[in-house]
Amino acid sequence: MSRSSATFCRLKQKTANLPSLATVFVAALGREWRLQVRRRGDLINPLVFFALVVVLFPLGISPTEEILSPVAPGVLWVAALLATLMSLDALFRPDLLDGSLEQQLVSGYPLAPLALAKLAVHWLLSSLPLILLSPFLGVMLYLPWQAQGVLMLSLLLGSLALSLVGAIGAALTAGVGKSGVLMTLLVLPFYIPVLIFGTGAMQAAITGVSPAAHLAMLAALAALALALAPWAVAAGLKIAVSGE
Amino acid sequence: MWKWLKTLYHRLGSPKWFYQITGTWLPWFAAASVLLLASGLIWGLAYAPMDYQQGNSFRIIYIHVPAALLAQSVYMMMAIAGVVLLVWKIKMADVVAQSLAPVGASMTFIALVTGAIWGVPTWGTWWMWDARLTSMLILFFLYLGVMALREALKPQEVAAKACAVLAIVGVINIPIIKYSVDWWYTLHQPATFTLTEKPAMPASMWVPLLIMVLGFYAFLGWSVLLRARSEVLKREQKSGWVKELLQRK
Amino acid sequence: MYFDSLSEFFNMGGHALYVWSSFAISLLLMLLNILLPWWRLKSTRQQLQRQIQRETRQQETSSSITGQQGEQA
Repeated sequence: MSRSSATFCRLKQKTANLPSLATVFVAALGREWRLQVRRRGDLINPLVFFALVVVLFPLGISPTEEILSPVAPGVLWVAALLATLMSLDALFRPDLLDGSLEQQLVSGYPLAPLALAKLAVHWLLSSLPLILLSPFLGVMLYLPWQAQGVLMLSLLLGSLALSLVGAIGAALTAGVGKSGVLMTLLVLPFYIPVLIFGTGAMQAAITGVSPAAHLAMLAALAALALALAPWAVAAGLKIAVSGE
Repeated sequence: MWKWLKTLYHRLGSPKWFYQITGTWLPWFAAASVLLLASGLIWGLAYAPMDYQQGNSFRIIYIHVPAALLAQSVYMMMAIAGVVLLVWKIKMADVVAQSLAPVGASMTFIALVTGAIWGVPTWGTWWMWDARLTSMLILFFLYLGVMALREALKPQEVAAKACAVLAIVGVINIPIIKYSVDWWYTLHQPATFTLTEKPAMPASMWVPLLIMVLGFYAFLGWSVLLRARSEVLKREQKSGWVKELLQRK
Repeated sequence: MYFDSLSEFFNMGGHALYVWSSFAISLLLMLLNILLPWWRLKSTRQQLQRQIQRETRQQETSSSITGQQGEQA
């Protein structure tokens, strides 16, 4: 083929005008921020749920310090875990239903970073307030003051893994109608290691031992989730879209 | 040898061939499992010597250990079938995965229940949060999750892929769960007895155990093939070979 | 035989309840894992057979009708 006719047969599209992945990522962040900030209910309800669950324990078990203080780390962590699950439940459903998820799929950009943008904004708006609320609930459960700092630190690290792994469950069940309990059932077994290290860190702080090892494990789980979960989320979303 | 295996693998990927080939295999799996299980049980129950410390309840090992072994390996097989489905798009892999799940869940349940019953005369308690029991319990929930997801999603292909993804994610997590539960458990007081003592067992004790393990695997093949065959018929009911097959009978 | 008599075998040295209950539950579950799929296989085949017979009957009646129409035309 002569060179002039070869230039006419441009099989690959000109990529000069298409924005880079970084630009698209930032744009996705902006979009998610605007969308999620508007849904006040979705932001506040998990926090109220967190507080309510914590309140149930003194009422149901005993309001005395001798009984509450030893179980405070576990109760706080379980409640935070459940509240995170609540907030993640129908994370992808609006996008699936109005077709924007399908648009993201055919946009030519990989789905994993776009899903990650959504998760980043969700973590900022949902998990961060949870972490800030937790010390006050800790006081209500007579949590020893030494553990308060570690409570927030362990939740900070743990919530990364919780959000990322929970998103996998949300992606797989995105197409199911009232999937709330199903998603919880799927995701909870994977939350157990995070729970163990989170409460372990707090127990270590209470007994005066350094919580560094537990916190390091939480960080490792968060790093592993950050590396692997977006791909699983993307796979789950592709499956959900193909089922619509 | 490899060529024969490759041809077999490809044949099994076609529903029609799968149905025909497994039809000839089924009686062998059935016979093998009945023979192995019967002989293993009789040997283990009646002829194996009694354990010095635990008394005759140690004979529960002849069901508990094979069930636990299968519970874990069946999950691995399910995950591998998931990989085969997602990477090579072989639909029969999903049939196999679907058939494996309930059997794996049953095995986990048997392991948990026999373990709990064994615990009563041995440790004085039905349950203990030691690393191995807790990991088994979580494995049971993982099986239930995969089965629940398959029930919930409607189009066959969607459910197949979603369950494959979930099974694969679960496999990655199993070592993590085991490791973390082990770590958590060692914060508490360790157990007085360990769950299984595998070495230092005389041949009269571990040979029937081996026979039981083989019998359980044969049983696995029998049950999985039965389930897979009816699933194949259901999925392929519109195709010509199924109609022809059923009209002949 | 490790045990001296059959009654001793059933007694399992006092551990009869534990041994026999665990074996019973397990074997029952395993039996169900064979029986239930086997019944399902049988009923699937019967169901599909009936469906095929229905379809062939429908085809025969429709083809006989068109055959009659062809004759009339």
